[in-house]
Amino acid sequence: MTRGHAPNGPPPLPRGPIAWARRHLFNTWYNAILTLGALYLIALGLKAAIGWIIVDAVWLGGSEACHAAKGEGACWALIAEKHRFILFGTYPYEEQWRPALAVALFVAAVGLSTWRRLWSRALVVGWFVLFAALALLLHGGVFGLTPVSTELWGGLPLTILLSVIGIGLSLPLAVLLALGRRSSMPLIRAISVGYIELVRGVPLISILFMASVMFPLFLPEGVTINKLLRAQVGIILFSAAYLAEVVRGGLQAIPSGQYEAADALGLGYWRKMRLVILPQALRLVIPPMVNSFIATFKDTSLVIIIGLYDLLGAVRTATNDPLWRAFTTEGYIFVAAIFFVFCSFMSRYSRRLEQGAGERRPQ
Amino acid sequence: MSAPIIELRQVHKWFARFHVLRAIDLSVKAGERIVICGPSGSGKSTLIRCINRLETHQKGTIIVDGIELTERTRDIEAVRRKVGMVFQQFNLFPHLTALQNCTLAPIWVQGLPKRAAEEAAMRYLERVRIPEQAHKYPGQLSGGQQQRVAIARALCLNPKIMLFDEPTSALDPEMIKEVLDVIVELAESGMTMLCVTHEMGFARRVADRVIFMDEGEIVEAAPPERFFGAPENERTRQFLSQVLAH
Repeated sequence: MTRGHAPNGPPPLPRGPIAWARRHLFNTWYNAILTLGALYLIALGLKAAIGWIIVDAVWLGGSEACHAAKGEGACWALIAEKHRFILFGTYPYEEQWRPALAVALFVAAVGLSTWRRLWSRALVVGWFVLFAALALLLHGGVFGLTPVSTELWGGLPLTILLSVIGIGLSLPLAVLLALGRRSSMPLIRAISVGYIELVRGVPLISILFMASVMFPLFLPEGVTINKLLRAQVGIILFSAAYLAEVVRGGLQAIPSGQYEAADALGLGYWRKMRLVILPQALRLVIPPMVNSFIATFKDTSLVIIIGLYDLLGAVRTATNDPLWRAFTTEGYIFVAAIFFVFCSFMSRYSRRLEQGAGERRPQ
Repeated sequence: MSAPIIELRQVHKWFARFHVLRAIDLSVKAGERIVICGPSGSGKSTLIRCINRLETHQKGTIIVDGIELTERTRDIEAVRRKVGMVFQQFNLFPHLTALQNCTLAPIWVQGLPKRAAEEAAMRYLERVRIPEQAHKYPGQLSGGQQQRVAIARALCLNPKIMLFDEPTSALDPEMIKEVLDVIVELAESGMTMLCVTHEMGFARRVADRVIFMDEGEIVEAAPPERFFGAPENERTRQFLSQVLAH
């Protein structure tokens, strides 16, 4: 078939950037004024930003060079000087290739996993293996690696570890809680509702505090559980409660005919959920789910209050140095950029997932 | 005479306070084709949905192929494997292709290898005359095509009994025939079936018995000649005059 216009089809719209601008920016006189005004403001802002970020910025040198610039430009020399501490926290300096390698492996694995054709059960197993390997790499004590206590882990690897494991393990728990909340068995329902409402009613900070301060009091003498592990479990339990409600929303959106058709085929409860209901329900709630994931990713910063130094904690400590104290802003901008890269990747990728293979959507 | 394959004795059901089935007695022989009609709200859909326990009855006994339906999940699932169901709204799974819709239960319920399940499913899709749509998703099919896939899906479990819950009510008029043709063919193959429908021509053609329900009761049950020719009950006559008028 040729792509010509049918003789009685609608007339083609004029194309090209000028036609586009006419239609969208200058279609009425007040829109034209708004457009020009907005362009002027954007230009002003950009000029100031570029001046501060690039033109007048101090890229190298000690803190004296930055002080000499008198705040005219950004002090990126701080990043040049402190990036190792910001990225890897208190991890021993000579061993920092290990967290660097861990982050690189993680990013590579994410890259591979976005490839739909590799999706299989093996990939899920692969992720578990990867995280075990990353933990081993960071922890050391095997293959001639110097042991590094988890107390010293910090920066980006810590943020990734806490949030990815938090997200990965809270989702299955959330699915179980959501199913439990809709269960016909009163006891299961009561437990699920109780759990969700209790955990949702408490701030993450207090859960982390309980995990770090109160929880050890209940343990028998001599038994200790790693602080990092406790924080991790706290994050998983917390985010599962929120996520469970998101999943429940998806379950409720599936028409009852789908449940009935699966029942009529004799699939039984678990197969019905796994093969028919959840694949549809989870796809439906990708946007709010990613919302939760992003929140979890950023919430991991709260572990600073129990003395773990994630990315944000590390930058705070780095700029505590009296020489650099004036340039905290630059440090925060740097980590904000890192957070932004991760979060915008999540939201971008999730949009692709939503669209999925186009044919799956009813027309 | 052989034992009935479906037996309902004094079945009652309530939706909250609403008495939707009243003292239903019905026994169906293997190979029998039954059409159930009646005004909306008369309980006809509820009746056939009780047979595979999509609805639970509160009094009376329902026995399907020797298994009594009770709370026991194992029995319910055993019955559901023997009973195929086709719904008014098709209820295909939109995230699966036509073929995957058909192979889901054979693979996961009967434990058939994927290959064998797909071959069997293709045979049924051919039987409902849409093998060429096997790899399309429900959203890409017309209503009539979807309903035929739904019939193939139900047949893939080799059911002994087929239940049809107003299979043509949600279809555009020009698609009703293609679906009815498939059901007629199935009826002629000797399948035991219960069909809730307003298609009286279809009832006349395939039914061994036509049942008229009103207000939760079976008012009249007779072979089509007598049902349409000389209905005994006044309510039946009134209903027939309404549905046959146009």
